[in-house]
Amino acid sequence: MNKLRIIYNGLITENPTFVLLLGMCPTLGTTGSAITGLSMGLATSGVLVCSNAAISGIKNMVPDKVRIPAYIVVIATFVTLLQMFMQAYLPSLNESLGIFIPLIVVNCILLGRAEAYASRRSVIDSVFDGIGIGCGFTVALTMLGSIRELLGTGTVFGARIFPETYGSLLFVLAPGAFIALGFLIAIINHVRNRKQS
Amino acid sequence: MITYISIIITAIFVNNIVFAQFLGICPFLGVSKKLSSAAGMGAAVTFVMALATCVTWLLQKYVLDVFGLGYMQTILFILVIAALVQMLEIILKKIAPALYSALGVFLPLITTNCAVLGVAILVIQKGFSLGESLVYSVATALGFTLALVLFAGIRERLALTEVPAAMRGVPIALICAGLLAMAFMGFAGISIG
Repeated sequence: MNKLRIIYNGLITENPTFVLLLGMCPTLGTTGSAITGLSMGLATSGVLVCSNAAISGIKNMVPDKVRIPAYIVVIATFVTLLQMFMQAYLPSLNESLGIFIPLIVVNCILLGRAEAYASRRSVIDSVFDGIGIGCGFTVALTMLGSIRELLGTGTVFGARIFPETYGSLLFVLAPGAFIALGFLIAIINHVRNRKQS
Repeated sequence: MITYISIIITAIFVNNIVFAQFLGICPFLGVSKKLSSAAGMGAAVTFVMALATCVTWLLQKYVLDVFGLGYMQTILFILVIAALVQMLEIILKKIAPALYSALGVFLPLITTNCAVLGVAILVIQKGFSLGESLVYSVATALGFTLALVLFAGIRERLALTEVPAAMRGVPIALICAGLLAMAFMGFAGISIG
């Protein structure tokens, strides 16, 4: 039950994209279509779960003063592993995500969770936190990707929803990313405000 | 010469790092509430980006490529950037306290600015020479500063306007950024050389 609450916390209460507003660069940069958003979310989640587990495991061995560089090295190691994996098995996806794969290193979500959660909790809890936050991030990216793909080209995950003649390239291009995310956060804020009052 | 001019125009306007490449969004949203801090952040990023790009370019060329350690790129670059920022902070504090007091608060934030690491990796991917890399990094940072200052100017006025409750803060800022990005799309047709 407790583990479920950790996941719920990452998915809803502390959703990294909609509530904490972390990791905005990949959120905007890789959501041109639902599939790239989903893959980026999964890639980041994978690194997050591994880095959370590793950092929680080494937390008592790392002197307090050098903990941030140590965390960065741990995260960068897992990102390098991911890069190699993707180059070997998913070259086309690697191509379309491009620069954002190595840039997972500087995603504030990872360092933020390492510092705020993994550095003081048990390995198991940290893994569940990684899964929860990772799911939250993946859901957010997939949502934004689907909305942009739907509004931009009329498809979601390549499945056509609006007729062939529909198309509004703006949402696939850069401005659409900002505007779609702005409205999405506004809607979520509205729902939360309503719930509170 | 024309290559350099083309690189500068492209990096500042056509492929603006914030509006077209989505890098450095965190400081773009975080440090854009006041014009003065936006300008300070821009200056600090320019400084660090130029320095970091040169150092990482040399390391890539004379260490990683020579020993066939290309896969170490991500780890090495982020550590170099983190170390560089720390060193810069110490050096500035000692020799230029005035500059330090102006830029100091922004320096720790720059380590996790993905634009710095992004540009360091991009110049390698694009196969730029050292001179081109330097010009590209400075121009990109100027593009970042331009975006930040423009956006800060808008947000200073935005703070005084009435906005629906749910849109207050980040949502309306993002929508304004979208409109700015649309304006920057107007540069997309430009090609030089």
